[in-house]
Amino acid sequence: MPTDTRLAGPALQLADSLWQDAAIKFGNTGGAVLGFLGVLLAVFFAAGRATGRFSRPLAIVLMLGPAIVLLLTGLVVPLLRTVVLSFLDADGAKFVGGKNYGWALTSSPIHGVLLNTLLWLVIAPLAATGLGLALALMVDRMRGQAVWKSLIFMPMAVSLVAASIVFKLVYESRGSGQSQVGLLSQLAVTLGWDDPPNWILSQPLNNFLLMAVLVWVQTGFAMVVLSAAIKAIPDEITEAARLDGATGVRLFLHVTVPMIRTTVVVVLTTIMIITLKAFDIVRTMTGGNFGTQVLANEMYSQSFEQYNFGRGSALAVILFLAVAPLVVYNIALLRKERATR
Amino acid sequence: MSAQPTIAPAKAAKPELPPVKAVRRSFSSPLASILVVAVTALWTLPTVGLLVTSLRPKGDVASTGWWEAFVHPDLGFENYRSVLFDNSFGTSGGLMPYLINSVAISIPATVFPLVLAAMAAYALAWVRFKGSDTLFFVIFALQIVPLQMSLIPLLRLFSGGAHLGSVTVIPALNLKDTYLPVWLTHTMFALPLAIFLLHNFIAQLPRDLMEAAVVDGASHFKIFRSIVLPLSAPALASFAIFQFLWVWNDLLVALTFAGGNPTVAPMTSRLAQLSGSNGSRWELLSAGAFLSMIVPLAVFFALQRFFVRGLLAGSVKG
Repeated sequence: MPTDTRLAGPALQLADSLWQDAAIKFGNTGGAVLGFLGVLLAVFFAAGRATGRFSRPLAIVLMLGPAIVLLLTGLVVPLLRTVVLSFLDADGAKFVGGKNYGWALTSSPIHGVLLNTLLWLVIAPLAATGLGLALALMVDRMRGQAVWKSLIFMPMAVSLVAASIVFKLVYESRGSGQSQVGLLSQLAVTLGWDDPPNWILSQPLNNFLLMAVLVWVQTGFAMVVLSAAIKAIPDEITEAARLDGATGVRLFLHVTVPMIRTTVVVVLTTIMIITLKAFDIVRTMTGGNFGTQVLANEMYSQSFEQYNFGRGSALAVILFLAVAPLVVYNIALLRKERATR
Repeated sequence: MSAQPTIAPAKAAKPELPPVKAVRRSFSSPLASILVVAVTALWTLPTVGLLVTSLRPKGDVASTGWWEAFVHPDLGFENYRSVLFDNSFGTSGGLMPYLINSVAISIPATVFPLVLAAMAAYALAWVRFKGSDTLFFVIFALQIVPLQMSLIPLLRLFSGGAHLGSVTVIPALNLKDTYLPVWLTHTMFALPLAIFLLHNFIAQLPRDLMEAAVVDGASHFKIFRSIVLPLSAPALASFAIFQFLWVWNDLLVALTFAGGNPTVAPMTSRLAQLSGSNGSRWELLSAGAFLSMIVPLAVFFALQRFFVRGLLAGSVKG
């Protein structure tokens, strides 16, 4: 008699193969991490014994070398390669001059993409920062503010993919007569709109609904940073202004706002940078269809779905040119802010 | 002697000043409190909806809204079992392999840049050489490069190797169906920010301690291991949490280098695909999405202080 006690049902077999799969994967991963640390330890041990005039250059090369090599292969060389590729054709074989850029800036389907990107760039950061500022001011003297703050900040922890799925459920739409399963549709019905539209398909409204996801994620970030800035305003300043007769809105406009202006701009530009690069929301919710395409997702589609590396690279360069000044400005402001504190 | 702390770079810039009473008062109406509670409710409700949906039976999910579950509660974990292990979504084995991939990708993609950046930061801060300041600035400046600029060249490098004319610099490696391209890309892209943040911290470690170790004859490697790493623990922890969640939540690198393949693709990339192709099977999609959210939410609620600190520091990441 075979002593196989496993009930060889397909479910158990599947479970078995899953555990095998997991064991192999975790084995590889653990092996990679331990191997990496082991090699480093061995190298450190061996190199640590070196003395004399080679010990310092050896330390520099061994400690800095891996990072430099990775930065060169991962960032510096690709940066140059992408610029070159943007002047070549789809396969990267033939020089085509500025044709890809001409396509990216003047062809008619792209105009919608650029317009959407611009809309995102203006609306989402302003909405998130404005809302975050209002919340920071309002939450400041509430009881249990840590609870409110962390609940509003929570979306920041999850992926944009998960956030998009959360909102896809909110926007889910059923035909009239069926009971709605999406919160927004149900709300519309409750308010007396008998046959609400299919939100995700309604242009141009769907663009704003997609932006709402980013606002949902980023408002908490804006609130937490601005709340810290507001708390950091020295008490004497507000007291002095109050003795001069400033109250309420005037105090806010003439004292609070100037004191936190740098922080507001930092938050705004930070969210702008995130907005420009985020393609997750559009990809997950519409795949760029129904008039919702944005630059970052178009870059992905051109490169890895159309396999037009020339156009994809040109779009990447445009994205880089849009992001870079924002980052430089942002970092300059951050340094200024840190210096004055 | 002033009582200034010697090591404080990772502390959030939040001096303990008394609150700004006047501005507070002007906004401190019951109305403001109600508004905050309302916004918080509005912010939390979509997530609650997803969670409740994921716990409801298939038939209920398809026919009524999740809020009905509060009237007719019938909740269970059947959807989770189904989405993880059954051949749901036409994938044999469900989402379990993808969840494993997420873990298998995130841990090395956190450890590698953390260790390499700490080494580089120490060398730049304490083994100074001609041009080390310039080098630090160049690395810092690389933060402005968006990930998108590297995707096509890196994809070509991983699949076809690198050639200079007819000379092969790096041979074509068969990395398909391994985690290596994803690990490497995340490591490369984490380095500028990681080196910058850790350098800020490591450069402010007490000089006396370093000099004493050198006098005792310790090599740079020994100093790094036995002094720098232990003392930098707070900065390392902040960055590690930020990087882990960044990788766990990433879609761009995952989609480009792992696609939707169950051997290597993580949850995010599979969920993004399913959202397009199976968008109406909410009982499964909601359970899948919530599964991918459990780890970040647990990290968030357990390590909130480190999390916020790391996130704020990392918010400029390129």
